[in-house]
Amino acid sequence: MPVQTQIKNIDFEDRSFDGTGKVKTPAGSIWSNLPFMIVGIIFGIVFVKAEIISWFRIQEMFRLQSFHMYGVIGSAIAVGMLSVYMIKKFDIKTINGEPITFQSKKFNKGQIYGGLLFGLGWAMTGACPGPLFAQIGTGATVIAVTLLSAIAGTWMYGYLREKLPH
Amino acid sequence: MDELEVLLKQPWPWYIAGPLIGLTIPALLLLGNKPFGISANLRHVCAACVPAKIPFFQYDWKKEIWNLFFVGGIMIGGLISALALGSNKPIQIHENLRMELAGYGITNFESLVPTDLFNWYSLFTLPGFLVMVVGGFLVGFGARYAGGCTSGHAIMGISTLQWPSVVATCCFMVGGFVMANLILPLILNL
Repeated sequence: MPVQTQIKNIDFEDRSFDGTGKVKTPAGSIWSNLPFMIVGIIFGIVFVKAEIISWFRIQEMFRLQSFHMYGVIGSAIAVGMLSVYMIKKFDIKTINGEPITFQSKKFNKGQIYGGLLFGLGWAMTGACPGPLFAQIGTGATVIAVTLLSAIAGTWMYGYLREKLPH
Repeated sequence: MDELEVLLKQPWPWYIAGPLIGLTIPALLLLGNKPFGISANLRHVCAACVPAKIPFFQYDWKKEIWNLFFVGGIMIGGLISALALGSNKPIQIHENLRMELAGYGITNFESLVPTDLFNWYSLFTLPGFLVMVVGGFLVGFGARYAGGCTSGHAIMGISTLQWPSVVATCCFMVGGFVMANLILPLILNL
């Protein structure tokens, strides 16, 4: 039996993943990605200026010493939820006129085991993946090691995936 | 103009930052029907650089290249903030945390990443290695095992009313509370 039929997509962040690697899409112009970079730049500035990338703020959050991070995450969810509601209600399309789709996530035990492991790492490094990139940008060059280690962790998950409980 | 500059350079409050981060969701959706999820990039790097015939990394990562541009932007945003929008003031932190950290020898609050712990020399000490290398590994491994990180689950997942994302977010918090309060003090005392 070919391997690809055994691999289910339970990770809905990657829409192009089907376990076969055979689905190829015509490559668009590389410049079409620039708007995403601009959104990233604004996002990165917010990360730094609101001190979301601060190891100290993350420590305060997990010690209940500051409301800051709860306020940031809570209000981000509120605005995100309202935006998604409006997009669905008014059937808003992308700027290119394509429909906007949402994939539903199915529960599996990985969300518990992986979530706990991620939480341990988050409190150690004081950064989730987004802030890692911003921290390097601010000149904390040693965080490149943390980022490489995170990539190694992702690779190890891919390697062990079939043996892990899901 | 000077007033605006002063305002931009001081730390931004949560009620400005949170909504701006929330707006990333409609921005990515409207620009190209893209789901907000940053840790997916770590997987794209694996798929692009070291797929090693592992089925999990066999997909058309080039189709997801927009996300690599997005994190490239985050890095540039960090650089711009450091060069042009720095406040040059120490980070204000809770007094209890300040006293606790002083006990571990962390007394420099000049930058967002504590230089006493996160520096190239410290990488070769046991606490530094654990926090930077093992911590980073757990972030990457855990995020993919959970199918997303803070952006994909806590923000995008909950915004689209996915209960598995609520479960994942609660587990992120439990792991974080255990590490920060019970395990990290032991590591920093090594």
